[in-house]
Amino acid sequence: MQTFGWPEALFIFRSAGWTLALTAIAFFIGSILGGAFAIMRLSRVRWLRRFASGYILVIQSIPVLMVLFMSYYGLSALGIELPPFLAASASLSIYVSAYLAEIWRGSIESVPRQQWEASASLAHTTAQTYRYVILPQAVRISLPPTVGFLVQLVKNTSIVQVVGFVDLMRAGMLVNNATYQAFQIFTLVGAIYFAICFPLSRLSRHLEKVMNASRSH
Amino acid sequence: MLFQDVLSKWPMILHGVWLTIALSFVAITLGLVLATAMTALRSLAGSWAGYVVDAYVELMRNTPFLVQLFMIFFGLPQLGIRLNGLEASILAMTLNLAAYATEIIRAGVDSIHRSQIEAGLALAMSKWQVLKHVVLQPAFARVWPALSSQFVLMMLASSICSFVSVQELSGTAAIIEQDTFRSFETYIVVTVIYLVLALSLKLFLNWLGHKLFPQVSGLARLTEAHGEAA
Repeated sequence: MQTFGWPEALFIFRSAGWTLALTAIAFFIGSILGGAFAIMRLSRVRWLRRFASGYILVIQSIPVLMVLFMSYYGLSALGIELPPFLAASASLSIYVSAYLAEIWRGSIESVPRQQWEASASLAHTTAQTYRYVILPQAVRISLPPTVGFLVQLVKNTSIVQVVGFVDLMRAGMLVNNATYQAFQIFTLVGAIYFAICFPLSRLSRHLEKVMNASRSH
Repeated sequence: MLFQDVLSKWPMILHGVWLTIALSFVAITLGLVLATAMTALRSLAGSWAGYVVDAYVELMRNTPFLVQLFMIFFGLPQLGIRLNGLEASILAMTLNLAAYATEIIRAGVDSIHRSQIEAGLALAMSKWQVLKHVVLQPAFARVWPALSSQFVLMMLASSICSFVSVQELSGTAAIIEQDTFRSFETYIVVTVIYLVLALSLKLFLNWLGHKLFPQVSGLARLTEAHGEAA
């Protein structure tokens, strides 16, 4: 029987790169979608507003695992075969979009109403108002919760191992199946996740303090 | 699409739903008790207890639930503690929820002003009475919405327990899928059930919040009375 040594640990370390890659892709696509949904949620058109809030409510009320199963096993039953990495990125992006949409909607709404009025009085279009007046302020407000959500995303990437994609979690499971030294292996896997998430958590808390300091003036 | 293949398995689905609800209920109850105890320990015992609780909270909040579950299910037997899938799931969910709830309750406790505690002590209330009536009760009332959404998230995360072969709702889905080969239909049905469960839980927790903490403050009572008069 194989034992848990340096080659195995190295394999686990290398797979952490895939976890980071998946996080980056899901965050990138998810923020584009999420931004669109946040703006739709605040639109003056009623059906757009309804559609966006329905989407956010549904995605936030089902497990990410179900989104993943549907995009991997479900779609393949309908004849659309997505490779594991694509299915994982797609379902995590959907998950990210719903949560970021809600965080960013809150941030946009917390920009004082007078800012909208001032922008309108300068004859800005809606797009110009967002671009030059609202978003620069909303982004500052949204930074701490967005970084906080990034921690949730990194942790949630661990479930994609179920479709066979070799991320950090899957690497740990593969080594465990070969060596049966679960305690040491999952301690290492957990420590790597912690090493990624803890600095982000601290950053989020730090940003919150900095933002609050500037707002209390 | 053939939903009847999936829906004919309704006794299995019902059992899965029951297990998901039971798992979530037990974990939420135990987790809340543990979190309250940790919050009390943090404020009553010396600073060492605070450091231990803080370290625990940070450790649990910055590692995936799946790693925690596997550590308990696969890792503990190596130390001679053997738990079955269901026991491991309950333990992992409880420990995970307790960390998040501790953080949330702490925010509530921090929002209680010092003068409130001093006023309580000045009225000759004991340390425990102050903790219960002056600190914890108002703190819980304030953070109940945040706690509620954490409970819903935990219920959704219970789907991960299917990885240690617990036949809750998503574990049941995997079995039905293998039996019927109707993947898409199976996951649609199960997803809709999760949706209904999550929304019902949200409504129930809202209702429970109103029952448990009827009036948040004297001001709320006052405005409510005026509202009724008008």
